[in-house]
Amino acid sequence: MKTIAIECLRYNPETDAAPRYQTYDVPFTDDMSLLQGLQHVKDHIDGSLTFRWSCRMAICGSCGKMVNGVPALSCQTFLRDYHPGKVRVEPLNHFPIVRDLAIDQSDFLNKLESVKPWLIPAEAKTVAQGTHLQTPEQLDDYYQYSQCINCLLCYAACPQYGLNPAFTGPAALALLHRYNADSRDGGKRERMEVVNAEDGVWGCTLVGYCSEVCPKGVDPARAVNQNKIESTKDYFLRFLMPGGKVT
Amino acid sequence: MKTYVRPMTAWWWRRNPFYRWYMVREASCVFITAYALELLVGLARLAQGRAAFEAWRESLASPGAVVFHVVTLAFVAYHAWTWFNVMPKTLPFVRLGGRRVPDRMIVVTAIGSAVAASIAVFLAVWWYRP
Repeated sequence: MKTIAIECLRYNPETDAAPRYQTYDVPFTDDMSLLQGLQHVKDHIDGSLTFRWSCRMAICGSCGKMVNGVPALSCQTFLRDYHPGKVRVEPLNHFPIVRDLAIDQSDFLNKLESVKPWLIPAEAKTVAQGTHLQTPEQLDDYYQYSQCINCLLCYAACPQYGLNPAFTGPAALALLHRYNADSRDGGKRERMEVVNAEDGVWGCTLVGYCSEVCPKGVDPARAVNQNKIESTKDYFLRFLMPGGKVT
Repeated sequence: MKTYVRPMTAWWWRRNPFYRWYMVREASCVFITAYALELLVGLARLAQGRAAFEAWRESLASPGAVVFHVVTLAFVAYHAWTWFNVMPKTLPFVRLGGRRVPDRMIVVTAIGSAVAASIAVFLAVWWYRP
């Protein structure tokens, strides 16, 4: 069986002042993912290695890591693609490290909540009045954005988030747009405050790497830059609208 | 909860080719600004009279100026290329006959139009050259 060197960033908040690296030689087969490699380390070599994972099939979004400096889901990364070289695994960039490969996601979770990621119906409908109908074209307007699994690879890819952690960031703004672009939603007005803020869409300089690394084909850069237009319209149209309110 | 925050140095962009090309795009603005200033100087020289304008025009023929223009042309071309490539991201979905126009089509049309317009301008200037 072939073996591959997996170099892991290690950090124990109780004993370490700063992170260090530790290399494990892991036997692997061609069908083994990096996640399986890490699980081998935890089960057979070093039980103290800490990392998050759950579904093993790119659905849950918990196993994101930096793999040789690139944000990736470890369940979707195959060890065979790195052999005979080594794989360097680090926690997702730009997030505080809790322990080893596990990051603190609370900043993102607060931002996610701030965009009100749920349908705010324009007018309440009773069950008797029937369902909210939608055409395939209206579905197409937001479907891609609704595929986000909150894996945070886009945040690890975004240098603007790294330089300014106050930036609302790609996934939260993509999900904001997912609801604003939904024909059943009437909550745009409430979300524009997040869009227009100093740390809203204008914190983006269109590096575009967020959309490159997304494992679900979401295009956060598009959502953010669509909303630069919305924000501009919102700013200028208020001068023309009676009462200064738009949408 | 004690956490460790990794510092981000001024050299963060060196580690990934995607970031390096992004920085080339951002750096292109320096050359574009320099070229805009050069044109502005030309305009000021024109206002000063024929002799001043001719002197400015002659200064553009110096080897240094030629090298600057070639480098600037490369940067401007790359700058335009990158922005045409992200153009679909800045547009609402474009639909024709009920179907979404593919991003690639928008990019190809935009770059094609820019190239055609550049050739047309070049030919027009060439045709009417003194």
